[in-house]
Amino acid sequence: MSIVPQPTFLALDWWALGPVLALTAGTILLLLLEFLPQRANGNRGGIVSLLTFLASGYAVWRVAGEKRELFGGMFVHDPMTVFFTLLFCAVGVLATLMSWDYLKRTKINQAEYYALLLSSVLGMVVMAASNDLVTVFLGLELMSLALYVMVGFRRSQLESNEASLKYFLLGAFASGFLLYGIALLYGATGSSNLAMIGAFLADTPLATNPMLLMGSLLVFVGFAFKVAAAPFHMWTPDVYEGAPTSVTGFMSAGAKAAGFAALLRVALRALGPVMVDWTQLLAVIAFLTMTVGNVTALLQGNLKRMLAYSSIAHAGYILVAVAAGGPEGASAAVFYLATYSFMNIGAFAVLTMLGKGREERVLMSDLAGLGFREPLLGLALTAFMLSLAGIPPMAGFMGKLYIFGEAVKHPQLLWVVVAGVLNSVVSVYYYLRVTVSLYMKEPEGEPVGISWGAPAVLAIVITLAATLWFGLQAQGLWIQAQNSVMGLL
Amino acid sequence: MAALMQNEAFQVALWAMVKVGIILGVMLGVVSYLIYAERKICGHIQARTGPNRVGPLGLLQPIADVGKLLFKEEFIPAGANKVVFHIAPILAVFPAIVTFSVIPMGPAPMFVVTDINVGLLLFLAMSSLGVYAITLGGWSSNNKYALLGGLRSSAQMISYELALGLSTIPVLLRSGTLSLSGIVDSQAGNLKAFGTTLPLPNWGIFHWYLVLPFFIFLICSFAETNRAPFDLPEAEGELVAGFHTEYSSMKWALFFLGEYMNMIVICSIMVTLYLGGWHGPGVDKFAPLGLVWFLTKLFALLFFFIWVRWTYPRLRYDQLMGFGWKVLLPASIVNVVIAAVWLYWRANA
Amino acid sequence: MVPYLFLGFAALLVATALMVILHRNPVTSALFLVLSFSSLAGIYLLLQAEFIGMVQIIVYAGASMVLFLFVIMYLNLQHDVEKGAQIALRRGIGWMVGALLLLFAGLLAKKGWVSGPVAALPPDTTGGNAAAIGRVLYSRFLFPFEITSILLLVAMVGAIVLAKGRPAPQGEAE
Repeated sequence: MSIVPQPTFLALDWWALGPVLALTAGTILLLLLEFLPQRANGNRGGIVSLLTFLASGYAVWRVAGEKRELFGGMFVHDPMTVFFTLLFCAVGVLATLMSWDYLKRTKINQAEYYALLLSSVLGMVVMAASNDLVTVFLGLELMSLALYVMVGFRRSQLESNEASLKYFLLGAFASGFLLYGIALLYGATGSSNLAMIGAFLADTPLATNPMLLMGSLLVFVGFAFKVAAAPFHMWTPDVYEGAPTSVTGFMSAGAKAAGFAALLRVALRALGPVMVDWTQLLAVIAFLTMTVGNVTALLQGNLKRMLAYSSIAHAGYILVAVAAGGPEGASAAVFYLATYSFMNIGAFAVLTMLGKGREERVLMSDLAGLGFREPLLGLALTAFMLSLAGIPPMAGFMGKLYIFGEAVKHPQLLWVVVAGVLNSVVSVYYYLRVTVSLYMKEPEGEPVGISWGAPAVLAIVITLAATLWFGLQAQGLWIQAQNSVMGLL
Repeated sequence: MAALMQNEAFQVALWAMVKVGIILGVMLGVVSYLIYAERKICGHIQARTGPNRVGPLGLLQPIADVGKLLFKEEFIPAGANKVVFHIAPILAVFPAIVTFSVIPMGPAPMFVVTDINVGLLLFLAMSSLGVYAITLGGWSSNNKYALLGGLRSSAQMISYELALGLSTIPVLLRSGTLSLSGIVDSQAGNLKAFGTTLPLPNWGIFHWYLVLPFFIFLICSFAETNRAPFDLPEAEGELVAGFHTEYSSMKWALFFLGEYMNMIVICSIMVTLYLGGWHGPGVDKFAPLGLVWFLTKLFALLFFFIWVRWTYPRLRYDQLMGFGWKVLLPASIVNVVIAAVWLYWRANA
Repeated sequence: MVPYLFLGFAALLVATALMVILHRNPVTSALFLVLSFSSLAGIYLLLQAEFIGMVQIIVYAGASMVLFLFVIMYLNLQHDVEKGAQIALRRGIGWMVGALLLLFAGLLAKKGWVSGPVAALPPDTTGGNAAAIGRVLYSRFLFPFEITSILLLVAMVGAIVLAKGRPAPQGEAE
């Protein structure tokens, strides 16, 4: 009988695994609770979901300073895991809050929705924490599968069905690329463990090995799809538009952050030697991504579609940071992901409140005059738009500052920095169109109704506070972002 | 040539071929007389005498039947997918024949073609391939009844395969091997329980945690072989003859052959897993007696199959699916857990 | 003997895989896919991975491809119905991209494939390779194994969510 190493578990390992355990337990609990009767207007799903996210966040925060490798290095608990797990839990909490009343008015079944939300966050946590290509892939699939279904939750709407199908088919295709890439990387280096791949590549001059190159390219394609980078962004607008608004908000922040988290870990830990040669390629992709996103966003009349293109553009900015490479570039990307998550979810939280009952009022024209009828809501949306446009003193400005500040240190990236700044200027136009609509247009026809709900308002307040705070006091978050990347290396 | 005969691998292959030849020949005979037996038994159950015109007691009836089928017209419906239409009947027989290669009909290595260490999985794999024959046959006929029969059967067989597979797991937990010979060996001797040796053979079915799996397996085998009370794919009242409505002559005969061969295979597996395989009194002294015991148990089970077919009415389709998914599947899962806990506890107690 | 069998299975695998995408009739394509899965199972058997070989047949050739066929039959897709200039254009572009990729792959292959160090573990045969797989699955690969089980649970929940009942018409209470 072969000797199998028995894993030893310390107390802190259980805390480190806390998010995984809690999210799994929450998912199953939600499904089991469906057996019990519930009031028609009950909040059971939301409460379980909130508690699970808080418990996960607490567990990982409790052992934040520690570093451990679990399951033979497949799951690592390090500052980056902590940072992203906390971010995902925050995203989860905000998504729960903004779904609270939205689900009731759109008659979406709560138990399954929250169960899928929890398992999707579980997938994100696994992606950020895994130190092995196998678990990266499994985390990505877990997250994506849950999202495919959540996108199709408005089953009576054709767009939602179409979005779900489109996302699923293209996503499955991208998963195929990723998996093939992983297989080639394994073949080239003899391991699927990121650290071992990195160590192998450091010793062996393999950076131009065709199998390795092909493998890394395919892995990159897989991630590029998930973070909606050009030319793999085609699915984004349709999916964002078709999905329930709360899901769009959740996936625009969470899926993107998770995709980049895994990409950064793979890039920094395993493929460092390859990435050095890829700076220009990444820069070109970054340039394409942000230009396509921004230019197309100019033409959109639907806010969800516009934000979809804007999310493509933001992926482009983050890719500039990835192209800059090294710990500095990575921490700029991490910082940007955190701030982007808050401001984007905030914008979507406002959108979830537009419209009564099952209707969805997210056209630019629906906003006309809203700024005067609902001054606070208008103000909040304006703030998020300014932040997305990157105007001080909002968080979005600081994010761009760090990214371009890091990129400009590399002379060969100067052109993409200039292009990025120009792009930001272009983007101001369409973000400000929202503000113009809010304050300078007269509503045509029946003005849009607002479905107020305390949880959604709470979500808006939290995101607004975060957007302002990270804009004015960016230093704290920046240090955390730097720590998270430093702890990795 | 002499060198070739000395080659060990060649000898193994040669012996295997000989055994395969014997099994094939015997099986064809057994199947034709199984059909005869079915008609006879059915006749007596219905207070008739069954076939009695051809030869003494109608014993030559199968030969007459085969002759008749051979000379019938090969009919291919218009609009049928010809290639698939031809392949489907072959697929009906192929999995059953392949499965015979791993069934231990007596002490190994003499009475088994090949004893691979994943024999049970081979059986499951082949039974999952068996669905294709019916599905494809139904589809390629370009006939609504046939298509409905094919779809029904694939849904039914997939549903019941789950419970069937799960009900074998307690057996595997007990024997600790996937090899069918290994499973038979684990059932040798007398049953030991309550600290004494009981006057019962150590067969699977006499272990309390294998009783439920045995019956689940039995029920699922009716569904797997498309026999009453689960013969929905060929429900005469609704679907004419189901998936083989358009088949005639030898192609139809192949479907028929496949059905009966599957019956024999699944009964052999049941004997192997739950009824002690070829074990019985006297086998340790005279090995070929194992074959006799094996065949005795096999024919008893086959008789039971026929008996059930002619005494139970057909289920409604929703009842069939509901029973499979809501009763058999959960029951077999629960049983797996119970058996696992019990065996773990006993091993550590 | 084994190398010839391998060549046979490999050739069959590639040929049937090609037929899957080249054949116009979706049912025939699906059947070729079954064949190609079976040849893959044959290769596994040659590698003495009997367990994986059999599971390959049970899971892919048996269970999932039957469901595939089921769906194709329900949709009643007779032939590749797409025609017209747009399709021709798309197909042309597809061929071009494919040729480019092949060229690229050829260029890369000319540089020579170097594979990484092969971790030559002796095959563990105690109790057959089902037991060996079980041992690593529940120790070294415990975490991915558990995540996979959650993945399957999510897939199941998702399928039920998307498929159950008819959605209520818009504006009406469910």
